[in-house]
Amino acid sequence: MLDYDVVVIGGGPAGLAAAIEAKKNGIDHILVIERERELGGILQQCIHNGFGLHVFKEELTGPEYAERFIIELRELGIEYKLDTMVLNITKDKDLTAINAIDGLMYIRAKAIILSMGCRERTRGAINIPGSRSAGIFTAGTAQRFVNMEGYMVGKKVVILGSGDIGLIMARRMTLEGAEVIAVVELMPYSGGLTRNIVQCLDDFNIPLLLSHTVIDIKGKDRLEGITIAKTAENRKPIVGTERYIECDTLLLSVGLIPENELSKGAEVELNEVTGGPVVNESMETSIGGIFACGNVVHVHDLVDWVTEESRRAGKSAAKYVKNQLSSGCVGLNTKPERGIRYIVPQRVRLNNVEDTLNLYMRVDNIYHNTNIVVKADGKLIKKIKKIHLTPGEMETVTLPIHDLKEQQIREITVEIQKEGGINYGN
Amino acid sequence: MYDVAIIGAGIIGSNIARELSKYNLRIILLEKENDVANGTTKANSAIVHAGYDAKPGTLKGKLNALGNRMYENLCKELEVPFKRIGSLVIAFNEEEMKIIKDLYEKGKINGVPDMEILNKEKLQHLEPNLNDDVVGGLYAPTGGIVGPFELAIALAENAVDNGVELQINSEVKDIQKLEEGYQLFTEKGEIKAKYVINAAGLFADSIHNMVSPPTFEIIPNRGQYNLLDKNSGKHVNTVIFQCPTSYGKGVVVLPTVHGNLLVGPSAEAVDRKDALESSMEGLSFIKEKAQKTVESIRFNDVITSFAGLRAKTSSGDFIIEESKEAKGFINVAAIDSPGLSSAPAIAEYVVNLLKGIAGEFEKNINFNPKRRPVVHFIELPDEEKAKLIEKDPRYGRIICRCENITEGEIVDIIKRNAGATTVDGVKRRARPGSGRCQGGFCSPRVMEILARELNVDITEIVKDGKNSYILTGSTKKTKVQLQEA
Amino acid sequence: METKEMVCIVCPLGCKLQIEVISEAEEKYKVEGNKCSRGEVYGINELINPTRVLTSTIKIKNSHLSRLPVKTCGTVSKHLIGECMKEIDAVEIEAPVKAGDIIIENIVDTGVDIVASRSM
Repeated sequence: MLDYDVVVIGGGPAGLAAAIEAKKNGIDHILVIERERELGGILQQCIHNGFGLHVFKEELTGPEYAERFIIELRELGIEYKLDTMVLNITKDKDLTAINAIDGLMYIRAKAIILSMGCRERTRGAINIPGSRSAGIFTAGTAQRFVNMEGYMVGKKVVILGSGDIGLIMARRMTLEGAEVIAVVELMPYSGGLTRNIVQCLDDFNIPLLLSHTVIDIKGKDRLEGITIAKTAENRKPIVGTERYIECDTLLLSVGLIPENELSKGAEVELNEVTGGPVVNESMETSIGGIFACGNVVHVHDLVDWVTEESRRAGKSAAKYVKNQLSSGCVGLNTKPERGIRYIVPQRVRLNNVEDTLNLYMRVDNIYHNTNIVVKADGKLIKKIKKIHLTPGEMETVTLPIHDLKEQQIREITVEIQKEGGINYGN
Repeated sequence: MYDVAIIGAGIIGSNIARELSKYNLRIILLEKENDVANGTTKANSAIVHAGYDAKPGTLKGKLNALGNRMYENLCKELEVPFKRIGSLVIAFNEEEMKIIKDLYEKGKINGVPDMEILNKEKLQHLEPNLNDDVVGGLYAPTGGIVGPFELAIALAENAVDNGVELQINSEVKDIQKLEEGYQLFTEKGEIKAKYVINAAGLFADSIHNMVSPPTFEIIPNRGQYNLLDKNSGKHVNTVIFQCPTSYGKGVVVLPTVHGNLLVGPSAEAVDRKDALESSMEGLSFIKEKAQKTVESIRFNDVITSFAGLRAKTSSGDFIIEESKEAKGFINVAAIDSPGLSSAPAIAEYVVNLLKGIAGEFEKNINFNPKRRPVVHFIELPDEEKAKLIEKDPRYGRIICRCENITEGEIVDIIKRNAGATTVDGVKRRARPGSGRCQGGFCSPRVMEILARELNVDITEIVKDGKNSYILTGSTKKTKVQLQEA
Repeated sequence: METKEMVCIVCPLGCKLQIEVISEAEEKYKVEGNKCSRGEVYGINELINPTRVLTSTIKIKNSHLSRLPVKTCGTVSKHLIGECMKEIDAVEIEAPVKAGDIIIENIVDTGVDIVASRSM
């Protein structure tokens, strides 16, 4: 049996930041377990720039962002194991893990930090009918092949989904000589950043087909073509708008799903909307001493927010180990209402919040000229004017906790209130 | 000169090959695809039917219940997943209860043991998630589920272990009658054999027509399926049918041997023998029908959909006989449902048929019914996991994180007889990529291992069929011609 | 008079800009559709000299991976991206490399270097 104060599962941006912060808060016996052959997680394949504007006040590429944390982790002497898979965790914080060098390991932790990240939604999950040809990749898998392994996945490409990974891959494939015929988006708006639409699509004359989807796939062995169609407001294809596109590759950028198979084993309570653990202000899950941060909790838009959240998890885990985290105190719940899909954290114990409470949330549609309205036990406490809200971007609401404590608030709700009508973007 | 050439390495051809390998015969098993079990065997309901459906007196009626009884021993010998979880046919009204009684009677004649007609209460006790409007049903405890391609692969492997030659990528293009036996012209060259067994599935008619005027036609009939995540795998306990109609046994809801939930199939006449695509209509059809059985199926849990083709013929029964026009040429054709269930019995039946033509065969005293033990790492107790990693560190490296499949297991199934050479071939044998991420994380690693073990470049690794290439070359090779925006 | 349309990317708002060229020689432009002054600056720059940071990969030997991620250390003219890619694709280096190491100096005479964006 190996004993650690804090075991961090996953050595991507979340796990790295959490481990470093735990160490900085006085915890020495930390282990980071990573299933890949190197640290850094998905950042290693995100070779484009745009990371770090908030954390480092400069624009870094994914590998650069990762490297800063990896260097710090090493300098702090934090132990990590690569190519190592955690097979299960229990609610008593016992872990079983394996790798080729140490064999089967039993590990006991005082605190666990879950930072396993997320996986991509697949063709099967969105149930596109047609042939099961080769040439259909999730955008992330294609990104790994192209950027890290140095292989091309196709020559004539259609991308379904206009989230940032889809857009970034449109540019990458083009720069490596592929023809990207179109980016097809089910929704009437793109889930990606405007900057990426301009610099990844417009720069290369790649059309973005909003309110369209892929309805059929053709190709006995390798993909030969796809049929797309316009979609109605209910997102169903409109008969008569079908169009066949010859292509050998279809990349899917159709969503990310937090990977919580291990969390389930430890009986951690999950949230239906986020797909991640229900967490409190300290990023602690429903099981005391098991913390979670990053995309395993909810899918983030910017890695900077992952870092911020994970630092909080790392610091809280350190406090937990040192018995400094109050657990018994009265708390409040947060509740998303009209226009808000979810709020993280779902629970707040005010004693553990230092000055301000940050609530992270996503809206369910594009809104123009609206207010984010925050109520405490039904009473308006904050109203933030927003010219533009989009599901692709995480919103933050910051609340001073002093008043909440004084008034013994039990529930905070957040909703969108329109100021002159709800419009679709563009 | 081979004694026997078997055309087609699906569940039927592989089973016959293995059955014949119990005798001292020179046998060749020919497969046109780049892997065994790559036709109808890889896309079907994976059910071992109890045997009450078939019309008494037909080959189906004779061989289904018989084959069902053989499954336990066969799957034990070959270490193939098989579970006798029982099957149900449910009725929603009294009219349908008549069909249930009819099935029960047919089952008795066909030799199906221990059947029971259940009332609503008993039915719901067995299957709490059934819709409330069921009135009763037929329970057959001998109904079961199996890994169909796992079984066919294991049979082919064990046949090769026992001396059968397997030749993949060998489509038979023509057959000529010789003084004695036949000459087969394949993609890979010519083969002579005294006896030919035609187990070519969907293409059995074309193969037969090479030696005889047409006597039967194989009509492809498509079935589409949805496979759901293991989260949904315990939603039902048995194989649940609705009452059969003139279209067939209808849409079934069942758990798979690996703990997923399987829903399907549709039954559609198609005009091509490669019409393996699923369709929006087909998938909505099975969803709608399945919800009639169990409303609460979580279709959000779908991890993949697929389609298979049944090899039907107009007579409706299996065709297992020596060709009238071609002596020593045995057709094993039109093996649609319950073909999988009957397969072990069909193999025995064919061997007896062949003995009837050729006389008794000398026993192969070296026949070993077992394969090299198969490792399912994640199912081992911890001590054995630890020991195995110590012996071979590749078992300490998880490649597929959804199903927890190790590098050791993947290398093993590549190295076996009738081993994997494709990404889907690896998936069918060891399951990496069959979980919820559908190979998103592990397919690059699986390709790397395949390339290394087969000693080829990674760009040569295909997904499934011969031309299903995955990579189109290296980056940094194309001279970029960028359009100015 | 020439008018060019573009989407501003300074902030998530994505204003649709119309830029009118009043006099190219005098560099006089009129920007409309912007909701802030940063939009005006962006629009004019994007019209006269659009620039981009280019990220790509370089062939690398003796490393656990076969590609090294790289970036331009500064922005290069958008019109030169194709030329830059040709030069990037032709280079092959050997590990070890440190993040920040210059891989190609002054690519396509832009005055901008291509640097490694990770250590390998």
